[in-house]
Amino acid sequence: MAIALPQRTVIPGFGLTLGITLSYLGLIVIIPLCVLFYKATDAGWVKFFAELTSPRTLAAFRVSFGIAFLAAFINAIFGFIVAWVLVRYQFPGRRFVDSLIDLPFALPTAVAGIALTSLYSVHGWLGAPLAAAGIKAAFTPLGILIALVFVGLPFVVRTVEPVLLDFDRELEESAAMLGASRANILWRVVFPPILPALMTGFTLAFARAIGEYGSVIFIAGNMPGYSEIVPLLIVIKLEQFDYAGATVIATLMLVASFVLLFAINLLQAWTRRRQGG
Amino acid sequence: MVDLVASDYVVERPARRQRRLLPLTESFPVRVTLIVIALLFLAVFLILPLVVVFSEALRLGLRAYGAALIEPHALAAIRLTLLTALIVVPLNAAFGIAAAWAITKFDFRGKNLLITLIDLPFSVSPVIGGMVFVLLFGLQGVFGPWLAAHGIKIVFAIPGIVIATLFVTLPFVARELIPLMQKQGTQQEEAALMLGANGWQTLRRVTLPNVKWSLLYGILLCNGRAIGEFGAVAVVSGHIIGLTNTMPLQVEVLYNDYAFAAAFAVASLLTLMALATLGLKTWLEWRAGTLPARTRLH
Repeated sequence: MAIALPQRTVIPGFGLTLGITLSYLGLIVIIPLCVLFYKATDAGWVKFFAELTSPRTLAAFRVSFGIAFLAAFINAIFGFIVAWVLVRYQFPGRRFVDSLIDLPFALPTAVAGIALTSLYSVHGWLGAPLAAAGIKAAFTPLGILIALVFVGLPFVVRTVEPVLLDFDRELEESAAMLGASRANILWRVVFPPILPALMTGFTLAFARAIGEYGSVIFIAGNMPGYSEIVPLLIVIKLEQFDYAGATVIATLMLVASFVLLFAINLLQAWTRRRQGG
Repeated sequence: MVDLVASDYVVERPARRQRRLLPLTESFPVRVTLIVIALLFLAVFLILPLVVVFSEALRLGLRAYGAALIEPHALAAIRLTLLTALIVVPLNAAFGIAAAWAITKFDFRGKNLLITLIDLPFSVSPVIGGMVFVLLFGLQGVFGPWLAAHGIKIVFAIPGIVIATLFVTLPFVARELIPLMQKQGTQQEEAALMLGANGWQTLRRVTLPNVKWSLLYGILLCNGRAIGEFGAVAVVSGHIIGLTNTMPLQVEVLYNDYAFAAAFAVASLLTLMALATLGLKTWLEWRAGTLPARTRLH
């Protein structure tokens, strides 16, 4: 893989640092992940397909991917508005709000999970009015959606913000001078260069949401076939010592993660090209 | 399509006002509406959960709050969490420095692949991050029988928690250092070496001072995640109260036992840690002069 001689240089330590990097990475990440794939082939094709096509597994994948997609979509819309407001407008407390955006990265997921559950349970501050309106939030798929929106919130904001900051306002001025309306400028001049960043943020939020565990399990209710997410199904199978089953599901999740990682890399390259550097 | 915005107004307003009528920003009502939407969204999703944590933690009064925190199992959880962070953060920081040195000071093939592989733990579900170590070291795992025969316990014990946390937090320091050191190039190191410094001296006196804010930034985020990690640790810990429960796991156990106030009391400590992390992070971004450092995604 990374085996090639460095060009002639006076800087020492190539062998040492690359050796440390490769062995540490190998021991902690690469070999363990390879063991997962190896164990999955251990299960055999019949077991593999039986596991994947079982109604409970299929339902969990539907719940996880469907709700993660919806959550990422909501984050794309509101994340864009938040980024826009933070970059373009002045209002009191803007800096404070900006540093608060990263809270979902900093707050331990279990804490987020119990806080959201208590907030949206029938007696909670937001759950009670929702219940009065006939909407049950906690312990339903809607609860999962709320947790996943929380978890994915910073991604879109943090990918769109730098692009908006770098955006050349002179383009807007030219369009305005040429007589375009504000709506027209936003749609034809401002939006296109932001689109790649917006899609990158969406994909990052989606990728994070399908793997999320801690913030979801408290609020989800975890009814098999209804509000059970894939990561929880893996944990349940592990607890029942059904290692083969857990491995099969985890392998598929891992493949999905790799596909998304690849997509994110492509999207980021596209963003950079759009920005011209 | 072209509607001359100014033309409607020119008649009644003096010409010098014309420039302000160019549609360079949204109208005042639109601006206010957007700000209100954004702030409401953030209030519901960020502020309210924060407030709930402290309000629930103090529901039974300050005395109950204090009692929940000095309860022996809670203290054991706090100790284990700090111990884990104390082992994990220096190891991953050292790895980050070594990886950044190898990647940014030399040219070799496969560099981009290596950077992607370092980032890999961020793309993998934390549950899978814990599970792979059960498959490796659990009783039915690859090394399970050998470990059992030698009386070594990794899974459902502290080493498992440490390894799972190492996996999850591995990229933090490296991903902060690599872009910065790539930008800084190798000239300063080359000069130091030409002037007779050895490799270690160069690293300590030239490279590290140049990247110290990014290094601290990475360490800060690594520490926050190491303390707060839940999914990966939940899989390998076995939830043995007082022995293998970290703070987030203790929160789960208490919550599932309907000891809500106690669960939120422990959670409030984690929340304070998260808020301190955010505050320090903002301060570091300001110190490093990279404000706003907006490419961070984890």
